[in-house]
Amino acid sequence: MSALAVIGAFVALALALGLLARRGHTMSLEQWAVGGRGFGTIFVFLLMAGEIYTTFTFLGGSGWAYGRGAPAFYILSYGAIAYTISYFLLPPIWRYATRHQLHSQADFLARKYRAPWLGVVVALVGVTAIVPYLVLQLKGLEIIVSETSYGRIAPHPAVWIGVAVLVAYVVVSGVRGSAWTAVLKDVMILGVAVALGVYLPIHHYGGFGAMFAAIERAHPGFFALPARGMSPAWFVSTVLLSALGFYMWPHGFAAGYTARSEDVFRRNAAIMPLYQLVLLFVLFVGFAAILTVPGLKGADADLSLLRLSRATFAPPLVGLIGAAGVLTALVPGSMLLLTAGTILAKNVVRPFAPAMSERAVGVLARLAVPAIALLAVAFTLQDGGAIVPLLLLGYNLVTQLLPALLASLPERPRATPLGAFAGIVAGEAIVTWAALSGATLAKLFPHWPGAIADLNIGLVALIANAVVMLLVSAVTPRVPANEPAAREPRAPALAGAAGR
Amino acid sequence: MRPKPRHALALLPTLMILVGVPLLNGAHGTVLGLPPLLAWIVAAVVLTSVVMAVIRALDGHPAPDSAPPPEPGSDPRA
Repeated sequence: MSALAVIGAFVALALALGLLARRGHTMSLEQWAVGGRGFGTIFVFLLMAGEIYTTFTFLGGSGWAYGRGAPAFYILSYGAIAYTISYFLLPPIWRYATRHQLHSQADFLARKYRAPWLGVVVALVGVTAIVPYLVLQLKGLEIIVSETSYGRIAPHPAVWIGVAVLVAYVVVSGVRGSAWTAVLKDVMILGVAVALGVYLPIHHYGGFGAMFAAIERAHPGFFALPARGMSPAWFVSTVLLSALGFYMWPHGFAAGYTARSEDVFRRNAAIMPLYQLVLLFVLFVGFAAILTVPGLKGADADLSLLRLSRATFAPPLVGLIGAAGVLTALVPGSMLLLTAGTILAKNVVRPFAPAMSERAVGVLARLAVPAIALLAVAFTLQDGGAIVPLLLLGYNLVTQLLPALLASLPERPRATPLGAFAGIVAGEAIVTWAALSGATLAKLFPHWPGAIADLNIGLVALIANAVVMLLVSAVTPRVPANEPAAREPRAPALAGAAGR
Repeated sequence: MRPKPRHALALLPTLMILVGVPLLNGAHGTVLGLPPLLAWIVAAVVLTSVVMAVIRALDGHPAPDSAPPPEPGSDPRA
């Protein structure tokens, strides 16, 4: 049996699960987008853990371990900090969102600041950040399909095959399908990552200690952060930025809405760190590839996991590994598309057409899915970058929502709508300018010491963002302290929530 | 929930990563077969799990799925 046949079988299984998952549920926007808010610990856990095991970690994580060494440790680090933050941050967000029947992150900020136009801005930022994240998943699909076909399918057709599966999957099943497939995906990726991470170092080097010693001999200093570039200052600022941005992703934010109770988050804060330790084994795979399949340069380092698998195993086993990889792109990819569709329809279009029915919004959300997917395909086919920098770009964009969110949490927001807006614009302007021009602090100020010059520019943008937000808030009107009773759709919200 | 002194425990693994990693960078040898930096980060991740479980136990947790979201302003923990 060829590797591709194995992958095809798993894709068919995922589609079947997606169809099964919708049985017994009419696919209203409420069901499609937030699963009726009835998910318990395990489903919420798996949906939010989607962030941990994506193509980013499977191929990008091993690719960075292969190509960069110690800087790849950042991938293992930021999640742990993010989970400690989640314990305190997610319960109040969940309480407010459930009370007001919110569907998206943009709903949250629009409602808190009494400013639907701010929701439009937040939604646009979210969709913009989602695009590089989607490109990353498509790149993963491209690599998997072309590698596991042993070169018979060229990369570009592979992207089209991948995106067709992804779009069909999202439109058919909604968030319930993602949750069900997430179970399959996590079982497979756990099995595959641990098996590869244990077997490959032992098979090729005789053990972990021997592997690290051999790499250290061949590349002295590979497991320490370099003095310049990806230095300790880079590491600390990137870990901090990624941890702060972890729950700012619109899909992660909205995945939290599917929870049945706030204790789900407190429990997950203790379980998630152990769960993400599996990433360690993904790093081991990348390290194992360094001396066994040498010579993959630049973005090609992302191929290391599959190249080593091909060099070690028979095609059916390579197919199983590829299938696990396809699922790591499919589940997060579907969450990304679903969220982007929902917020485009509900938070960007609807404010301009308030008469739209909930049903029409649901239809529009589904129609938006292929459009966003096509945009991501266009970028994927055009750009040859590596996986990890794509995610870092997305993080830089999405983390800029944090100051406005934090300021909105008290009963009466600490910032004004205009202040929140100005802060977001300032932060995004810096990040976008840096991404387009390739500017870094080190290039702008070559004589500054590494401790400052190597800082992630996203963190600088975040600080500027907060300062601008506070300054503008000091001179513009705040939202009123008490919610206007007439606009409060509270009764149905409570009735809906009290039943659980 | 108002911050309590016990919540400061959560800072421990965070500081291990943000302060400990730069300090340890350049350490030689191996710890349990791993490069020292990697072993340190793994320890911090495991500690995160322990610390968050302890904090949850100390905070006392409402029986899952029992309480509907409270009325605005009436949250006993707010």
